[in-house]
Amino acid sequence: MSDRHEERTPVHLQGLSPNDPHLQPASKNPQQVERVIAVCFVLGLVLVAAFGACFWINAQPWKLGATLGGGMTFLGIGLVAWGKYLMPQGPFVEDRHALANSKDDRDAFAASIVQRGGDVVKRRKLLGGLLGSGLGVFTVVAMFPLLRSLGPLPKKTLDHTDWKKGSYVVDSTGRRVKAGDLAVGSIVTVYPEGTQNSDRGQAVDQTVLIRISNENFTTMKGRENWGPKGYLAYSKLCTHLGCPVGLYEQQLQVLVCPCHQSTFNVLNGAVPEFGPAPRPLPQLALYIDASGNLRAQNDYDQPVGPGFWERS
Amino acid sequence: MSIDVPNTKRARAQAKGPFGSVGKVLDELDDRLGVAKGGRTFMDKIFPDHWSFMLGEIALYSFVILLVTGVFLTLYYIPSQDLVTYHGTYLPLDGMRVTEAYASTVNMSFAVRAGLLMRQMHHWSCDIFVGAIVVHMARVFFTGAFRKPRELNWSIGLTLLTLAIINGFLGYSLPDDLISGTGIRIAYSIVLAIPLVGTYIGFWLFGGNFPGTMIIPRFFILHVLIVPGIMIALVGAHLFLLVRQKHTQFPGKGRTEKNVVGSPMFPVFMAKTTGFLFVIAGITALLGAFAQINPIWQFGPYEASRISYAVQPDLYMAFLDGALRIWPSWSFHSFGHTIPFEVTVPALILPGLIFGLCYMWPTLERLFTKDNELHNLLDRPINRPKRTAAGVSMGVFITVLFFASSTDVIANFFHVSLEEVLIAMRVLVIISPIIAYPITYRICKELQHTPGSGKRKTANVVTRSEDGEYIATSSPVYVDDAHHGLAAVEVPRFISAAPDEESETSGTRVVER
Repeated sequence: MSDRHEERTPVHLQGLSPNDPHLQPASKNPQQVERVIAVCFVLGLVLVAAFGACFWINAQPWKLGATLGGGMTFLGIGLVAWGKYLMPQGPFVEDRHALANSKDDRDAFAASIVQRGGDVVKRRKLLGGLLGSGLGVFTVVAMFPLLRSLGPLPKKTLDHTDWKKGSYVVDSTGRRVKAGDLAVGSIVTVYPEGTQNSDRGQAVDQTVLIRISNENFTTMKGRENWGPKGYLAYSKLCTHLGCPVGLYEQQLQVLVCPCHQSTFNVLNGAVPEFGPAPRPLPQLALYIDASGNLRAQNDYDQPVGPGFWERS
Repeated sequence: MSIDVPNTKRARAQAKGPFGSVGKVLDELDDRLGVAKGGRTFMDKIFPDHWSFMLGEIALYSFVILLVTGVFLTLYYIPSQDLVTYHGTYLPLDGMRVTEAYASTVNMSFAVRAGLLMRQMHHWSCDIFVGAIVVHMARVFFTGAFRKPRELNWSIGLTLLTLAIINGFLGYSLPDDLISGTGIRIAYSIVLAIPLVGTYIGFWLFGGNFPGTMIIPRFFILHVLIVPGIMIALVGAHLFLLVRQKHTQFPGKGRTEKNVVGSPMFPVFMAKTTGFLFVIAGITALLGAFAQINPIWQFGPYEASRISYAVQPDLYMAFLDGALRIWPSWSFHSFGHTIPFEVTVPALILPGLIFGLCYMWPTLERLFTKDNELHNLLDRPINRPKRTAAGVSMGVFITVLFFASSTDVIANFFHVSLEEVLIAMRVLVIISPIIAYPITYRICKELQHTPGSGKRKTANVVTRSEDGEYIATSSPVYVDDAHHGLAAVEVPRFISAAPDEESETSGTRVVER
């Protein structure tokens, strides 16, 4: 590697006389290098022993790491230096024999497969075909139980949430949200009653409830009575990759997904204004019942969350 | 033993022969296994020396550290999504309902001796592993080490990189903390985005709709058994091919296509490489001691309706996340079906294209250059300007995608709007590779004409003549700086564009490649 290396002609390792310059250490001053390496090894030994002691007394993690790491590093540096400076400096050369065999050998190999093997198969085409189809069918059939036992079929699972006609809107503690609970500009994550503690409720039904005014609010045509007293409910699943749309920017009235920064306008039906999300967040139609509880008019009118093949 | 021979140390030593008890053991071994010939060849095996050949060793040894620390972690980790109430040593989480996976990871960090150190070492060596593979791969690419006969080893290496990234993601997901859980959610959505079969694959992988209760145990068995098992086999194959085909080497004095110049396996290479293993383990331990990584107790347990700011995947997944961020919201929606191109293109098609191109590169290059020779001497990157420019172009492309995965952080840091950062990234990701190619090509071409470039300049010797005139002449070249001639090699089928010593003389052709 070093320039001095380059000056000498590479020699074969075999048959070198013991005092050939190629077998001498690379260092000009081996004694000095040996002292340095010895110091490295001593430091390494002490630190590795210290690691044992630290482990025994259950010391803080950084002390464990410092002693182990320091010890290993010093031992390693010493060993590398030993190899680099005190061992035969070379350079040595080794012949590279061609991997390819002679034409005869290749032909003999090919003949074994093509002629001997080929004849046997060719003469028994029926058997070969049957065996092949048997194995092929087995491969296909073996996949089915393996795949089918892994999980259920999707069916229409992704098309619906647990929101139903008349579902009470509850917060994460299960308390029913009443019409007077939220101040204008507030936001809370809500669930259909009964699912707030379930995995599915958390992952699928999660909905953001924002109060943007005191009056009934229409986000777009056809949603005239969906936002009673300024309460708007949108699915919290980003339509890009299903992250919770967790950031609410009150000044701009937008919901932002922290994963890939898709931005949805709260006022006009959560239409994506920016970022990779392709669709608006589905809006949940709400109503306020006689006792002042917020309730869902129905399930979402479309599948929530990211796109998939069967989504019509 | 005859009575005449006294039972002294010397007599016993003589009776064992010139090689002592080691020789005796080797004899016994050879009687049974016939190891002498092969063993000698192996001990005398020559490894070329060059600093860039260490990069693969870094990857190999990080893999060893991953296996060792990983075994330690499996002793304390519980792959279960069952909910428990946390009552451990970390008080801020006390009384919280968390999964057993999360609780056991927090416990192994705080209640197990050296647990935190091992966890952090495991995570750091994963990042070092993937990083070292990428840099090693760049070395192999730019020096042309992937050429015939080593195409198969290039493919094995690429497969190892893919598996390393996949297993990194699987392992990152296991603690079931808020950030990794969000990562699993994104992965599920990406699976859903596969046309036609996405929902089926998603449901079978997760045992139902997200999140289900199966994904952590399944990721666990993939992470600790199936993927590492395949990787160990492939690492074995990678090393076997390396030994069988012998390492490549740079051109130099006495080096030809038909030999290997360097240090012998025993003791020189063995000492250096074992020492290097220790150094890498040591540095990983120091990182584990002093550089905090993935403090899951700060992120909190995963809850599907919660999220935190600056959600980013681990380093090696960042280019995919960046692509997902900057790809526009183009979704196909018609005939009762949806193809979420905003997901399939950046998360499935793009990595497919990048890795596909890498897999095919050796074949493509052979087709274009019609060079079907065996190559054991490495190229200098400047002598293959087109390949080098293509590689740099790809590197720049991936780097821009990497930075695109932190658009929000960049916008915050520089106080610019997110829109501007996003648009800048969209422009950069297209423009940068296009610009990088001709610039790299030009630089390579220019460097080819300066054979001594990079060497020290010679001193200016200023002399004053009798008339008072100052004359500057350059001193002779230092011995170390002199341009070494290469050993005679076979007449190449393609003449390199690099001017060699004779290029000054007339009649030398410089052929464009």
